[in-house]
Amino acid sequence: MSKTHSLPYSTVTPEQTYLNRRALLGGITGAGLLAATGVRAQEVPEFQIKGFDTTETPNSFKEITTYNNFYEFGTGKEDPARYAGALTTDPWSVEIDGLVSRPGSYGLGDIMAKMDIDERVYRFRCVEAWSMVIPWNGFELRQLLELAGVEPSAKYVRFETLYRPEEMPGQKRAILDWPYVEGLRLDEAMHPLTIMATGLYGKTLPNQNGAPLRLVVPWKYGFKSIKSVVKITLMETQPVNTWKAINHREYGFFSNVNPEVDHPRWSQASERRIGGGVFAPRIATVKFNGYEDQVASLYKGMNLNKEY
Amino acid sequence: MRDQINRLARKIPTWPLYIGSLIPPAWYFYAGVTGRMGVEPIKAMEHAIGILGLQVLIASLCVTPLRTYARINLFKFRRALGLIAFFYIVLHLLVWLLLDVRIPSQIIADLYKRPYITIGMAGLLLLIPLAITSNRYSIRKLGANWRRLHWLVYPAVALGGIHFVILRKGWQLEPLLYLTVIGVLLLIRVPIARVIPSRARST
Repeated sequence: MSKTHSLPYSTVTPEQTYLNRRALLGGITGAGLLAATGVRAQEVPEFQIKGFDTTETPNSFKEITTYNNFYEFGTGKEDPARYAGALTTDPWSVEIDGLVSRPGSYGLGDIMAKMDIDERVYRFRCVEAWSMVIPWNGFELRQLLELAGVEPSAKYVRFETLYRPEEMPGQKRAILDWPYVEGLRLDEAMHPLTIMATGLYGKTLPNQNGAPLRLVVPWKYGFKSIKSVVKITLMETQPVNTWKAINHREYGFFSNVNPEVDHPRWSQASERRIGGGVFAPRIATVKFNGYEDQVASLYKGMNLNKEY
Repeated sequence: MRDQINRLARKIPTWPLYIGSLIPPAWYFYAGVTGRMGVEPIKAMEHAIGILGLQVLIASLCVTPLRTYARINLFKFRRALGLIAFFYIVLHLLVWLLLDVRIPSQIIADLYKRPYITIGMAGLLLLIPLAITSNRYSIRKLGANWRRLHWLVYPAVALGGIHFVILRKGWQLEPLLYLTVIGVLLLIRVPIARVIPSRARST
């Protein structure tokens, strides 16, 4: 995998990106058996992160909007697309409190008027070992935090999803401890890759993708990218995120994409890129989901096998 | 009503069940290839055929209680149900091996490192001797041992139910319902199980 930044965009042909350099990894044991069935081994994706964008071909709008984890609308992958239509996203406001100089309720319209909306083509890797490439529209979380004024003592950011069981039928069942909570360390939250998405493919963010406002942290597993955010709290201590509270062995606070640290119940070494169809092989998972050059410095001196 | 069902069951041959059992996997494969199984067809096929296998295996366990408690006699279909369940569960394994993971080193690591895969595989292994001996010749040849051997279907279905529960994130309702049904079907056999050895001794 190459991450050089010297090539101009014009030299990159996305189709070739997929067809070139098919690295055969995989083990030796049993290879003969599988080879006999004509099955190819693991493919390493070739891509570059240019500026903020990956050079890979984005998934289709349909793929991005029909295969979602949003347990507020049910645990099936198609439940969010089916049931999220009932969610009212206007009016919407975000409560920003804790260690900020201007705490209060910020209306979405007011926020949007002050933010620079940008397109970001990001890699997205779910903890369940599937992945997509998504062209988000949004603004850097840093801008929003600066709007509220971060106090020097703040070290962490806590996020909360809307709790409205009458519109979010999944919340009527105790699958998770509602409302959904996520957290970032302040330096992660202030990183320019960390955005609040308000759209995709230039369209308003569909409800099933976390409308009207969701976090996107592309180097972390997807569950960190909390949807339909209504509350942001700046804190001195590490917040307890929902999945870590359920099972801290399986889901850590950081949850950086890392092929070397397995989920106890499945390997994180490879992933299935959505949209490949029945015969596409898995692709190799990349450390920090390919954003190692941009974010590895945040974790200097940390043992990422222990602090997962 | 009961007599009607029993009369009907006597008239229906078992072979259409075997032929019909080919339709769901053929449909799943066709639907997967043609984009009718959603944007992640491999997992969709794997899950669909796995759940179907568990459902048919559970159905095969309903045959005895239906006769005991409802006097509905579907015994002639029990072997077909067991074999079809086995067929579906083998297909479930093949989708996992040949379409899903494919990477031999990861398959081997999964088998011993992932409890849900170890448990699922153990359940399937228990079913292999049962499938091999699901014929008249083996029943005659094994005599009372056939019954003892086929007791393995109980741990096998329990392992299948546990496999389903622990592969999901969190405690989800659907797999827990399956495990509950399996638990009930096993529990109602406990008094029956006590009777069987004494009956076996007397013959």
